[in-house]
Amino acid sequence: MITQIRFYGGIHPSEGKVSNKEDIINAPLQELYTVPLQQHIGAPAKMVVQKGDHVLRGQLLGEPGGFVSAAVHSPTSGTVKDVTTCLGPAGATLPAVVIESDGEDKAADPLPPFENWQDADPAALKARVGEAGIVGMGGATFPTFVKLSPPPNVKIDTIILDGVECEPCLTADHRLMLETPEKIVKGAQIIGRILGVKRIIIAIELNKPDAIETMTKAAEGTGVEVAPLVVRYPQGAEKQLIYALTGRKVPSGGLPAAVGCVVSNVGTTAAIYEAVCLGKPLYERVTTVTGTPVVKPGNYRFRVGTLYRTALELCGGVSEDPAKIISGGPMMGMAVYSLDIPVMKGTSGILLLSRDELVQYSPSACLRCGRCNDVCPMSMMPGILSAQIEHQKFELAEKWHVMDCIECGSCAYICPAGRPLVQHMRRAKAVVNAKKRAAAAAAAAAAKK
Amino acid sequence: MIDVVMLTVVGVLMALAIGLVVKYFGAKADPLAEKLGELMPGANCGGCGFAGCGDYANAMATGKAKPGNCPSMSDDTLKKICELLGVQAEKGEPKVAVVCCSGDDHHTTRVAFYNGVNDCLNAMMVAGGAKGCTYGCLGLGSCARACPFGAIEILPTHVAKVHPDLCKGCGKCVSVCPRKVIKLVPRAAAAVNVYCNSPEKAPVKKKVCSGGCIGCRKCMKAAGENQILINGFLASVNYENPPAESVTEVCPMKCLRKAD
Repeated sequence: MITQIRFYGGIHPSEGKVSNKEDIINAPLQELYTVPLQQHIGAPAKMVVQKGDHVLRGQLLGEPGGFVSAAVHSPTSGTVKDVTTCLGPAGATLPAVVIESDGEDKAADPLPPFENWQDADPAALKARVGEAGIVGMGGATFPTFVKLSPPPNVKIDTIILDGVECEPCLTADHRLMLETPEKIVKGAQIIGRILGVKRIIIAIELNKPDAIETMTKAAEGTGVEVAPLVVRYPQGAEKQLIYALTGRKVPSGGLPAAVGCVVSNVGTTAAIYEAVCLGKPLYERVTTVTGTPVVKPGNYRFRVGTLYRTALELCGGVSEDPAKIISGGPMMGMAVYSLDIPVMKGTSGILLLSRDELVQYSPSACLRCGRCNDVCPMSMMPGILSAQIEHQKFELAEKWHVMDCIECGSCAYICPAGRPLVQHMRRAKAVVNAKKRAAAAAAAAAAKK
Repeated sequence: MIDVVMLTVVGVLMALAIGLVVKYFGAKADPLAEKLGELMPGANCGGCGFAGCGDYANAMATGKAKPGNCPSMSDDTLKKICELLGVQAEKGEPKVAVVCCSGDDHHTTRVAFYNGVNDCLNAMMVAGGAKGCTYGCLGLGSCARACPFGAIEILPTHVAKVHPDLCKGCGKCVSVCPRKVIKLVPRAAAAVNVYCNSPEKAPVKKKVCSGGCIGCRKCMKAAGENQILINGFLASVNYENPPAESVTEVCPMKCLRKAD
């Protein structure tokens, strides 16, 4: 039995998980898929097909463009209609491949399934995770292959499966745990085999009692533990989750591997199982489509490249004009202005807000009430940081650990002055990162001379 | 009465003490650097490549830098500084900033309502900003706030405009613009500029902006050889060999314009 340690800060926003009773529906085949070549953190994938090529489902469209990168596969069989660009949820234009479906949905089998993964070479299993283009499906889209390659001097002793789904409104992971628990447990054991780790914990919050029950039953006799956790946002953030379960603190600027932990989302884990045991690359995922304006909120298994527009049509359309469209959940999702954005490997949800729900704040001056300090799970001081950033004191903000911000939004949620605190942090992080990149480039140029 | 006298006496003693400490223990400042510092314009714009005017003055006094890198210094001051240093005056080529965008409210489309932090980088990180074109000026005035000379104005139609007579060409706006719309060009050759920054294909551009360069090459044909360069779908002026002002008449999109 695992005792939960309460991490500092955090909030409990209203959960709004209206779609948690809806079964996962497999979205029907579409005519067109716009598959972006960058669905992950790191270098974009290098395209390996050409306009006019015929491709099969699961065939490689782009190979990894570097060490921190991921492969991209075709969601269905058909022809490459166009090589173009598409809009990403963060507003950037991404290189993309448009696949016109031939309706046959014929599968290519580039990855032979492992018959006996229990005895397979861990390196081969890890290579498979890379070949299948698996990335962190909780939203950060960090390539899983890289996550499973810790530096040699680091000893990993605990694998944590993130089934917390602390983000309000989203229910994709919840339904996945209810419907395919055995995939998640086996996927977890595969990660254990790759890293040579015995201790595997599945973390689930207590607002999902059915998932806790199902997962406990599926994990019986496998040595995988299920840890029920008292609800608290942002418990699904890896640093907070590691602390809640093990009491270890990830050092500032460090990765979970530094304290011997690897955290993997349950969706990612199921994808690892499918890649290893079924030979299926990552080209579809479960996404929650929800919000008051949506006629039929639910959980859908979309192929990567399905446009938001199509996704909404599959949910019966909208009953009123949405005032805001959010890619992801309400706390950490990104507002988008277009429905011509494709579902990607990291799209955990599509949330629509009606005009009544949308509150327009006009930020005022900081009241110095300190509530943001109370809720910041990284123990930062968002109020003071935001003032520094407003006055462009980015070096000072860096000294005050702005780079530790996980952008969970707890501070902005609690702020009585309606200050856009997270937006300030994001700007400071972008400026500091740009400066670091420029310094690294200058150093590289100097070394060349 | 006594209190006033006491305070005065204490004040005089303190002043004496401070004066003596400064005289006998004070750090010896380089007199040359001090003289140079007094002559510097004091805008601290950073256009010379140093942290500020004082830093540049120190560097010149110690021979680490040459005079003439300061974009905002008048010729008279430069002459004086050169006399002090005993070197020949060499002024760098004067530059001017140009906002290469025609995307004001009349030309570009507006796709979203943005009410976040009033800063261009912030706006760009939320779904790429509120304007249709993802390469143009966001019009929230980060450059105007960064300009030490007040040379940039945000027009009521939400696009930045540089006033060339105020601009000293220090390049601070170039470094803060997240879209890299502002370019620093030689002042002598900046009579005609291409006011578009989007490398997209013409149909894509036309959908979001009615003032963008469509790459029709009319200007290239009208101008002399090698005066206008075309890179993909975007024309640019060759500032080493600038075209005559009359070339602006052929532009169908009116994005090749005389400097305003």
